[in-house]
Amino acid sequence: MTTVVQGKEVRSVGGVPWTPNTRRETLWALVFLSPWIIGLIIFTAGPMLWSLYLSFTDYDPLRPDITFIGLDNYVAMLGDRRVATSLFNTAFYTVFHVPLSMAIALFLALILNRVGGKMAGFFRTAFYLPNVTPAVAVGTLFLLLLNGSNGLVNQGLALIGIDGPSWLVDPTWIKPGIILMSLWTVGNTVIIYFAALRNVPTELYEAARIDGAGAWNQFRNITLPMISGALFFTLVINTIASLQMFSEVYTIFFGQQQGQSAGAGEAALFYVIYLFRNAFEFFKMGYASALAWVLFLVIMVITVIQVRGSRRFVYYEGE
Amino acid sequence: MATDEARSADARAIDRPGADVKEPIDWGRVAYNVGFGVVLLFFTILFLYPLVWLFFASVKPGSEVFSGNLLPSVWRWDNYPRLMDQQPVLQWAWNSTLVTVLASVTVTITSALVAFAFAYFRFPFRGVVFGIVLASMMLPGAVTMIPNYLIWDFLGFNNTLVPLWAGNLFASPFYIFMLRQFFLGLPRELFDAARVDGANYLRMWWSVAVPLTRAALIVVFIFELKVAWTDLVRPLIFLRDIATFTLPRGLKAIIDNPSIGGEKHFELLAVGGILITVPMIIVFFLGQRYFIEGIATTGSTGR
Repeated sequence: MTTVVQGKEVRSVGGVPWTPNTRRETLWALVFLSPWIIGLIIFTAGPMLWSLYLSFTDYDPLRPDITFIGLDNYVAMLGDRRVATSLFNTAFYTVFHVPLSMAIALFLALILNRVGGKMAGFFRTAFYLPNVTPAVAVGTLFLLLLNGSNGLVNQGLALIGIDGPSWLVDPTWIKPGIILMSLWTVGNTVIIYFAALRNVPTELYEAARIDGAGAWNQFRNITLPMISGALFFTLVINTIASLQMFSEVYTIFFGQQQGQSAGAGEAALFYVIYLFRNAFEFFKMGYASALAWVLFLVIMVITVIQVRGSRRFVYYEGE
Repeated sequence: MATDEARSADARAIDRPGADVKEPIDWGRVAYNVGFGVVLLFFTILFLYPLVWLFFASVKPGSEVFSGNLLPSVWRWDNYPRLMDQQPVLQWAWNSTLVTVLASVTVTITSALVAFAFAYFRFPFRGVVFGIVLASMMLPGAVTMIPNYLIWDFLGFNNTLVPLWAGNLFASPFYIFMLRQFFLGLPRELFDAARVDGANYLRMWWSVAVPLTRAALIVVFIFELKVAWTDLVRPLIFLRDIATFTLPRGLKAIIDNPSIGGEKHFELLAVGGILITVPMIIVFFLGQRYFIEGIATTGSTGR
């Protein structure tokens, strides 16, 4: 490939005409990029290959020898009851957390948008505050709120005549309790939706009103398409985050607690928690690496499905 | 239909508050707004009451944590010194502060450097290389977690604070992506003028690009303050000695063993929760504008 620059034919490299000026800029770009390039090699690309290799071994940091065992780790996962349990728990959580948090956030953002002005700013701040609470503190807080029959949640339920369950002990109620906890930090999504709603041009609503469209029609045919980009973005981001849920649940249910109930160990065993325990509590790092690569593949497949599916629902301006 | 029309009239009036001052009071509109206000207030209480409750739990006598009263019968401010006597909380707070500041400063500077290169310099395969940045954002931390542990262990930094922040010396894809957008928004002529003045590229970056993107850099800095301060995973992996713990790791240790003399002390858990949360609330109120704008802009650029 060649391009003409200042009357001379110049070879084109990687989409850029290769002039002395480009060479100088490329050298400087390398200088500016060097932190990222070094980090990519040492802390991302290298470790990816390494963990892929480890997933085919029985590596245990406490033993000096590494044996290559082929696909044994992956085969072992199929027969590991706890992998099935943790996958089920993680899927259960994701299936409830993602739609619920999106629906609640959209509801709150729509009201904020209707109210507008200073008042919206105040409530937006209030809704966001739980999000600055560190995960360990969220775990601690809900350890107390969901506690036995005396926790705040059950006290609140008692007010409306409901006898609340043992959220932290009863295996049936552990995951609903975790979902409840996750909805407390919905404020992040509210802010994203609120920003998207404010970007919808008001002329669209005015035109719709002249055409006699009612509130539901306006919501269905203007609001939803115009914020579909934000909805899709949060769908993908929240799904990826849900599949990797760790800190809050680990804080409440795992670690070196004495007298931790066996039921909780099963019902609250999320996939990344099981991975973490294998790597750093049981030191089965080969097996944990295999778990990590399966997680990676699962996330990629789900994201691709969501991106494919979104093409039908997401409206992009300018199309 | 009639309600629909009333609603749209409301919406228009809300869009321009104070526009029609002379009109008589529309009681339907007032009722509508009061209704919204009540719903918002209900959710505000739902979101804020737990934090308020946690604070009061932290100054209650142990036996009253689950009493059902919000206020303590006796104010036990000594719960705070009690926890500090029992655990090296001040040491943890110092460790957390050190890690958080180093992590935020380094990642802001290096990400700005890398982002500028993607925005300004023309070099071969720039699009492809930037694609690698985007792709690496998708990689779950679990995949590189084990080799990263082995690397820091090999370098002799296991059981130190170094692995908690030093990775940030190498920039972060998410922040590179975000800052590149802002650098792209600067007119190129600004830099060409600086080059005529003989500024080299590093000077140009530091004295032209960086000052002009100050707000975006503050967003990155504040985001990372929160990420580094709240991180639990890396402290769990790397820190063994109690003296090296950060506040989240320390609080986790207290949860794992909340007993003094065989009795569980839930009020001390509340103290830990408050100690770790209050600094974040202060940071949030100081940088609120940047926080909210950051989330709003990164949310909308994500599509």
